[in-house]
Parts: sequence; structure tokens; C-alpha cells
Amino acid sequence: MITKVFMPKLSDAMETGKVIKWLKKEGDAVKGGDLLVEVETDKANVEIEAFGAGILRKIVVGEGGTVPVGEMIGVIADPTEDISSMAAAKPATSAPAAGAPAPAAKPAPASAAAPAAASGPLPAMESYQSVPATTAVVPLAPAAAAAPAPAFAASAPVGGRVKASPLARKIAGQTGVDLRLIQGTGPGGRIIRRDVEAAQATPRPAAVPAGAPPPAGAPRPTAVPARPQFVIPPRPEAEFEDVAMSPMRAAIAKRMPMSKAPVPHFYVTSEVAMDEAWALREQLNSLDGQPKISVTDMVIKAVSLALIKNPGINAQLNGQVIRVYHRAHIGIAVALDQGLITPVLRDCDAKPLARIAVESRDLADRARGGKLRAQEMSGATFSISNLGMYDVEEFSAIINPPEGAILAVGSVLQKPVAEDGELRVGRRMKMTISCDHRVMDGAMGARFLQDVKRLLEEPLRLLV
Amino acid sequence: MATQPFDVVVVGTGPGGYVAAIRCAQLGLSVATVEDDRPGGVCLNWGCIPTKALLRNAEVVGLFNRAKEFGITVGEWKADYSQAVQRSRRVADRMAKGVEFLFRKNKITLLLGRGTLKSARVVEVAGKDGATTLEAKRAVILATGSEPKSLPGVTIDEKRVVSSTGAVTNEGRPGSLIVIGAGAVGIEFADVYAAYGVAVTVLEALPRVLPIEDEEVSTQIARLFSRRDIAIRTGVKVKSVTPGSEGVSVEVEAEGKIETLKADQVLMAVGRAARTRGLGLEALGVATERGFVTVSATMETSVKGVYSIGDMAGHQLLAHKAMAEGVVAAEAIAGQSPRPVDYGNVPSCTYCHPQVASIGLTEAAARAGGREIAVGKFPFTASGKAVAQGETEGFVKVVADKATGEILGAHIVGPEATELIHEFAVGRTLEATLDEIIHTMHAHPTLSEAAFEATLAALGHPIHI
Repeated sequence: MITKVFMPKLSDAMETGKVIKWLKKEGDAVKGGDLLVEVETDKANVEIEAFGAGILRKIVVGEGGTVPVGEMIGVIADPTEDISSMAAAKPATSAPAAGAPAPAAKPAPASAAAPAAASGPLPAMESYQSVPATTAVVPLAPAAAAAPAPAFAASAPVGGRVKASPLARKIAGQTGVDLRLIQGTGPGGRIIRRDVEAAQATPRPAAVPAGAPPPAGAPRPTAVPARPQFVIPPRPEAEFEDVAMSPMRAAIAKRMPMSKAPVPHFYVTSEVAMDEAWALREQLNSLDGQPKISVTDMVIKAVSLALIKNPGINAQLNGQVIRVYHRAHIGIAVALDQGLITPVLRDCDAKPLARIAVESRDLADRARGGKLRAQEMSGATFSISNLGMYDVEEFSAIINPPEGAILAVGSVLQKPVAEDGELRVGRRMKMTISCDHRVMDGAMGARFLQDVKRLLEEPLRLLV
Repeated sequence: MATQPFDVVVVGTGPGGYVAAIRCAQLGLSVATVEDDRPGGVCLNWGCIPTKALLRNAEVVGLFNRAKEFGITVGEWKADYSQAVQRSRRVADRMAKGVEFLFRKNKITLLLGRGTLKSARVVEVAGKDGATTLEAKRAVILATGSEPKSLPGVTIDEKRVVSSTGAVTNEGRPGSLIVIGAGAVGIEFADVYAAYGVAVTVLEALPRVLPIEDEEVSTQIARLFSRRDIAIRTGVKVKSVTPGSEGVSVEVEAEGKIETLKADQVLMAVGRAARTRGLGLEALGVATERGFVTVSATMETSVKGVYSIGDMAGHQLLAHKAMAEGVVAAEAIAGQSPRPVDYGNVPSCTYCHPQVASIGLTEAAARAGGREIAVGKFPFTASGKAVAQGETEGFVKVVADKATGEILGAHIVGPEATELIHEFAVGRTLEATLDEIIHTMHAHPTLSEAAFEATLAALGHPIHI
């Protein structure tokens, strides 16, 4: 496996970064979680952890070098891996001489190891990910086969192993507690039963929609221009006040960085033609004695059916394995005054739309009334956050660990639509899935969205 | 006489005290130990070890009785009980010498005499050759153990009415014996004496023998003992014990009726009491509860720098519990942060034939806990190794939490039960579940397979039954 090390985008405004110091030398063994390189951003110096495991084979950008975000600055690979194609990496804009070239290795014709992630815009947490080598690379190094294997195989799990007792794992699995977020109190920091039980006692906060980033290219003033004198009249109220965090806000504040930092998110957005769904919904809601169906309900149903068809999305990282769920338990983000919460609607794949409508309304009502039962707040396999009612066209959400993905749903808007060469008004809805790249890949997310889109565009499928 | 300074002074050298002393020495502390009897305490000298020697003798006698079954013709043979006791003394002496050797090896000072706390830092030792004053610079560890209890109004004279301490060294054996108390001690002595032809009656006030064990274990042992002509009387209240020239009369009340039983001797096995008298605890203000010294998780008493371990500190009165506490105390005194003793995970063993061992909750206790449980049981009659060995009595029983597979308890009656229990002890320490046990390959043929099969049975799919 070859892992390219990119200049990470450490803040929304960051465009370039400077390598302050490499914390590993070329030839050093590196494993996931090791501190690799110190990078200076516009705000701070940040030590970057390695994602991939192997040997730091090449430092592309030496200390003091400044490169744009997303530029490759080093290569981690197995000792036997051919990385000669990496040598052609673009030099840093002001890089001093990088380290010595990689150890002589035969050029591999097929070692186009990692074109995928190197190009295109880089989402914040994707800028630093491991890229699997093409299968052609591995068998190309027979000469080095005799070389001693590194102590840690390239298959070492990204982010390190969670030390937990079998019983702790089981209880966590049954209650939806994410072991990665727990501090173990057993021998050597091992997570034991009491740690999981203690974590269960703390209510689980919900996924938070990610704030819309400011335009990346927005100019920042470099000097203070002269301004006319302007005296602000004294104001009675204090300049600021410190508001105590509600327990829920504190939990969200604690939990969200635990998602955003260790979980490499990627996002896929798709637009759905909602005309049919809208019409069907109006039809259904005009029926007497039937529960009122919301757009969210239809999305829940569509997502659930698509999850069963795309189990790779209905999956989460669980220690060393990927746990793939065969049920669609959907977490539904509900906004509250003091924060938000994600009650879980279970078995949505098996429930008819009307049932989903009744239960989701009940869950949301009770969530707002603070009357959810503990088991209704955990165990989701996938979450949906719908900000459509706030006239949001699109947004992206932060994954709620341990889940592997979350769908952010925008408003159904009337828009001019070009169809068969004619312009008409159609109803469109945008949805963005945030996926844990450790568990799934872009194409999987895209296929899943395609299925959701198809289901919503042919909404009778939701009823059969 | 000058005061001798040590980092730690340990009073009592039973399994708690000597282990604490060795662990302290390993951690670089200078240690003095005080013993008013023989190094090794009750366990090595009068309890665990010599009784295991006697029980082994009883087992060998049992095998001789079964020689025909194995196709062995034995001529005239005789089981001499006095020689069994002599053998057990040699075993005890050897083990006690082992403690003295370990003390020398670890440069631990041993003072013979009775230790009394003069303050939290000063222990006075009244020995045969006068008094010595020891200064404990870091801590004092009290490990003076326990002694046999009797019933109210009954004096243990160690002739007609004996305690386990008296019985273990007595080379003679009565023609008939009434054992009062069917806990581990009572059951073990009943086993030994019955093997040597003594007519044994066991009386128990509670409704079953080995009352702390799982009910099925008690039932099985009562049945097997009855088959060996050991009279088992449970739910029996002893009203009086009267020694006379011909023997002892024991007046009992059973189901509302008063009855008098007679035997040559009575063995009192109704439990043990903390041995704290004369230690100076009251003067120092060391808190006790129902006779046992109150301690923290690091075994420290209410008086700073004074630690207490083993039987005198309560919980299970078992040597292995004392040893574990000794390690905790020593490490805490040396400034480490030891893991506290897990009193819910102490194996309980009775070395009768067949053996009994258990850990964790009984089935009844697990049910009372309100959890949904799964129980698996596997009889040794279905174990190839047990059948080959000709030891097919008993079973392995596993009690688990149904939802998680947590091993709540394990109960074994049968050959080597006291060895087999540790699979479950390790499992519980590691928080293993039934799955980890069944995914551990067990060698065939072994007795351990019964533990494996009982675990499979708890999951609903045993192979061999």
C-alpha cells in the first residue's frame, strides 16, 4: 500500500501550508497515529498524524517548504513498494531541496499508484488519506520479497486498535456505544464493561450539520485602510456574557470533534426531481384517515430501501472489522432549543411509509418534549438530517459515530428546469451524503445516492 | 532493648502475611515478619496443605477399594490412618520450610513471638527470649488470620469436641464422628474420615450441604456422600453438645422434633472468627465490623499506615484471597497503584471426592439479579477422558447472561474440578464471553472439554450430549 502524504487543509481559509519539521526521517517506520510532520498554517503550528502504515519512503517537501493545500509532501509505503512514479511530484513553490531520492527501485510501468485522490478539490479531512496501491504494484517487487517484513503490516488498521474486552465490545455493539470515544479504565487503558456502561449512562448527542464554509477565495484584508472617525456611543449591556453549556451542548461539543477529526469525511451531493414525490405526497395527504406524510418520511423510506440494496453504506468501522448492517435503523436529527438529538427509528426498511410517518412524528414530538426512552437514542445504522424547513438549499453534515454515513437533506425548491430542450418549473431537492472514507468510497456513496434518487423520482416504489 | 527499624513490619506469616512480605521485599522495602506459631500460618501448617495430603490419602484408599474395577487383584492391604496423618505432617513441614527459605532468599527478618501494636509505627514482639521492639517506618501489615469458631455453650476441648486444627494432627481416629457444619471444612473431613472407615454424620443447619455453592452442586454432593454411607442431615439445629466418658451426645432439633445423636467425637466446623485479640487494635482505634477489620481498597485500616489482610479483614476466608490482598497492600505501601481485589471473582474450592469448585454467581443468585440468563450443563459421564479415568461423577455448569454471553458463574463437581475452574476465572477477569470460550480449541480428550461443552450448552448447541 502506498499512502501519499498531502498538505492538509487545516482550516477553511487555509490555502498553503509550510512544513516546519518532519518528525520522522526517510526510512523511519510509520504507523497510523504516529506524529509525522509539523505544519504551519495561517493560525497555528499543527502536528499531523500519519494515516497509513509503512516506511516514510520519501520526503517530497523539505522543512521550510511552502506548498498549496493538497500538494503531496511525502510518501509512506512498504519497503518493497515501487514509488518511483512519486518522484515526479511537483516541487514545492519555495521548497528547499527535499531529502535524498527514494532508494533505488525499478520503475514500475503499472505503478500509477494513486491518481484518484491527488487531483480535484480536497475536502478538509480528505486531504490526508491513504490511497490503496493498484494491484499491479504489489507483485512487481519479487526481488524484495526476501526482505524482512515490517513489524506492522500495511494492513494495520487506520487509527489504531481499540483495546476492549469481549464483553465490553458486545455491550457496546448492543447499545450502540462507540468504543473509539471511550476512555478505558482497565489494565493498560483497556475498555472494560464498566466503561461502556458509564458511557451508556451519558445521553448520546446528535449529528450536527456542518456549518457552511465561507467562500474559499474570499480576500482577506492585509492592511487596515484609513477610516473616518466614528465614535460608538456607550451601550448599556456587557460586551459579552459567558453562557454555561447545557449538558447536551457540552456533549455535542465533546463528541463532534471526535467525529470530524478521526473520521475522514467525504461528501457526495445529488439533486433529485421531486415533482412526482410531491404530487404523490399531496395525493396521500388528501386521503381521509391517513397519517400525514412528510418529505422526510419519504426520504427515510427511500434511504432505508437504498441502504438494504447498498449494505456498504449501512456500515461502520468497528475495531478491526467493518460491521455491515442488514437493517435500516435511521437516526433522525431533531432540532431542539438547546441543541439537537437524533432519535432512532428502527427497521425502516420493513415499515410501510404510513407507519414511518406516524412513528417519526411521535419520536420527534417526544424528542422535543424530552421524553425519549434511552433505547430510542442509540443504535442507528445511518442518520438523516433535514434542514429543508429552514430554506436550506444544501449543506453537509458531520457523521455521528459510530455510524458510517449521514444524509443532509435540503429544501424542495421550485426551479427552472431544462427538459427536452424546454424550460419549465420543477421541484428539486438536493441531498449530500457524508461518508466515512475508512469504510466506503466515493463511488459507493454515489451509487447509493443514485438509488435514493431513483426511489424518490419514482415514488410509487416507496409504497410497494 | 534498641528499636529495630524496618520499612514494613508484617504481623502473621500465613498466606497473606508471607506473600505481602515477599512482595514488599521485591519492591525494595526492608521487611520484618512476626509469627507466634509456625511460618506459613494455618494454611500451610494446620489447614489447606495438610488436609490436602489427607484427602489424597483418602482418594488412594478409594482407588484401592475400586481395584477390581481396574482388573487389579490386591492381596491383604491396610490403610493406616496414623501414617496418613504423619505423611500430612511431613508435607506441612516441607511447605513451612519453604516459607522460611523464601524469607531468607528475600532477606526478610523473621521474629518468633507475639506481636502487639504499640502505635501505628511500633510493634512489640514478646518472644521466648524476651521482647523486641520493631519500628515500621512505612507501614504495618496485620495478617493474623482466623481461628475456628464454636457454637454458643460448646467448648472445643480438642479431645471429644475437636476443631479442624485438632483433627488435622490427631493420629487416632474415632469409630464414629458427628461433623457440625457442612461447609468446605466439614465436608472435607467427612470425606477423609469416611474413607478410613469412620461412621460419619454431617449436620447442617441450612437446608443443604455446601450452602454457598450452587444448589445443584449441593444436591449432587449430598447424593454422592449418602452413597458412601455418610449420613447427611440438613436443616438440623444443634441444641447442645455434651461430652461424656463414652463419647459425645448431640441434641438436635429437626422438623420440630428433638433427637439425641451419639458419636465418639464431634468435629466443629461452623466457621472461623477473625483472630484480632491482643493485637492492640482497640487502643489504636482500628475500626472493625462484626469482628473483622475494616479496610480500604488498598487494604489500609482506619488508622493510616496500618494495613490488614487475609481472614481478619473479612470477605471470603480463603488463602488465595489473602495472598491477593497481600500483594495489593505491599504494592500500595510501595507507592504503586495496585488493582483492587475483585471479591466477586474468587474461586471457591472443596477438595472432597469428587471435587467441587465454583466462581461467580450461582444460578439462583444470577436469576435473583433480574437478568435473563442462559445455563449450560455438561455431565462428566459424557466426557471421554472422565470415562477413561473412571471418574464420571459430576458436571460442569455455566451460568451466563443471555444477552451478552457474560460468564456470570461456573460450578463444577467432578475430577480435578479445582483445577478446571480457572478457565472460567481467567475468562471472567478478561471479560471473556461464552463466544471466547467456544472459540478456544480444547484438547481432546481432556476434562476441560466438559467446560467447553457446558459453554456450548449455554449457547444451546452442545455437541456431545
